[in-house]
Amino acid sequence: MLEVRGLRAGYGQVEVLRGLDMAVATGEIVAVLGANGVGKTTLNKVLSGVLPARAGEIHFDGRRLDGAGPDAIVEAGLIHVPEGRRIFPNMSVRENLELGSYRRGRANRRVNLERVFDTFPRLRERARQMAGTLSGGEQQMLAIGRGMMAEPRLLILDEPSLGLSPLLVEEMFALILRLNASGLPILLVEQNVVQSLGIASRGFILENGILAMSGPAAALRDDPQLRRVYLGL
Amino acid sequence: MPLELIAEAVANGLLAGAAYALVALGLTLVYGVLHIVNFAHGALLSVAMFAAWGLHAAFGLDPYTAILPLAVAFFGFGYALQRWVIGPASHGDDGNTLLVTLGLSIVIENALLALFRSDTRTLGGDAGFDVVEIGPMLLSRPRLIGFGVALVTAALLWALLALTDTGRAIRAVAKEKLGAQLCGIDPRHVYAVTFGLGCACLAVAACLLLPTFYVNPRVGNAFVLVAFTIVVLGGMGSIPGALVGGLFVGLVESLGGLLLGESLGQLGIFLIFILVLLLRPTGLFGARA
Repeated sequence: MLEVRGLRAGYGQVEVLRGLDMAVATGEIVAVLGANGVGKTTLNKVLSGVLPARAGEIHFDGRRLDGAGPDAIVEAGLIHVPEGRRIFPNMSVRENLELGSYRRGRANRRVNLERVFDTFPRLRERARQMAGTLSGGEQQMLAIGRGMMAEPRLLILDEPSLGLSPLLVEEMFALILRLNASGLPILLVEQNVVQSLGIASRGFILENGILAMSGPAAALRDDPQLRRVYLGL
Repeated sequence: MPLELIAEAVANGLLAGAAYALVALGLTLVYGVLHIVNFAHGALLSVAMFAAWGLHAAFGLDPYTAILPLAVAFFGFGYALQRWVIGPASHGDDGNTLLVTLGLSIVIENALLALFRSDTRTLGGDAGFDVVEIGPMLLSRPRLIGFGVALVTAALLWALLALTDTGRAIRAVAKEKLGAQLCGIDPRHVYAVTFGLGCACLAVAACLLLPTFYVNPRVGNAFVLVAFTIVVLGGMGSIPGALVGGLFVGLVESLGGLLLGESLGQLGIFLIFILVLLLRPTGLFGARA
């Protein structure tokens, strides 16, 4: 479904991604893991077209997306729920969701809005409230709901558990599983290695802008080196 | 002082303030979304006034009839200016944008000087002196029309921003550009639409001002100085702030003129401006940072 080959990208003199290969197949949850500063956010920026790739190819659903702008990428159905939520604080919850279907999914806006409200009853309660007044967890729900409004064919979730209480983190991962159960492929970019590998089918470990390790999630969970480096076991 | 005189000054001040409000509306909209002070605003107002004057001189087109076509034309002009001149020339740096608009204002002003000389022109005729009798008051007909059109324009602008997808996209880009991009909104398009709307406001203002005012290549600056005051007074980027601020400034100017003498009328504006800055620096409708 999504295939990345030899991807290079960076800022000014600094090259952050140094030839990255990875793939997401139909219907699976793939976790991209790594510590701070290994290139996870840069990878997401390139995938969503905000930052241009310097080399390499991105294939999505049979189309080449490297070099495409963010609007064309949204149009293709590759939807990015960014780190830090990036909701519109000065607008109501409902307006935030409606803007999710600005480029894609506009025809089914009403139906999708109901579906998002059914998934997140809390958002329905707060539909008229300014998004900036929501709690962190609610804002994360809103960011995901906004992504769902664009009828994603693949959803990129960037650090969805960041800043949430342990209880909410549990809820968030349960939600990701539920979204995936309806057939939606998900690229989960996380620092939370244990829980991410718990729900993903495959994992990619980034180190210094290249792939350090990859494989089925279960195998990665049991890998002695990974357990030592990331889990301190 | 007779009550009728004060009532008339209040009414005339509100009517004059409507034109200020329109000029300020365009300025505050561009500031609120692009986060830059558009230094070309005054020069663009001069262009709009020359355009309205030219349509009258060449085709005998009444400025009120010209409002709609001129507003549409100026929207397109503003869109193109931002999308293909100001945007690309500033390479995404706000400081550059500021300088580019300043440069544009110099180019426009001198182009107008070269084309029209520094002569001051008016529409001629005496339509500008028409009055309407309302109770004990004599009110200028062009200003009354201007007041109505300004309110309608502000209401349309508000409806566009509040109720349409384009308006939502404008507000989204103003506060959260990356989030907007990830919804598939193209900020370059939104910036250009916003700049176009600002220019359309100027075109409307120009058509309303022309019957009672003169036009020369530097005429826009007089209004924009007051408009800057209004934008800060009402809260930078606030649409209701610009409207209320504009009416308020017109009122203060008119009452000041009545009480202190015509030449000191503007004194009150700046007194109140300084007071607002001291007591409520975010402006009347401005959000706290």
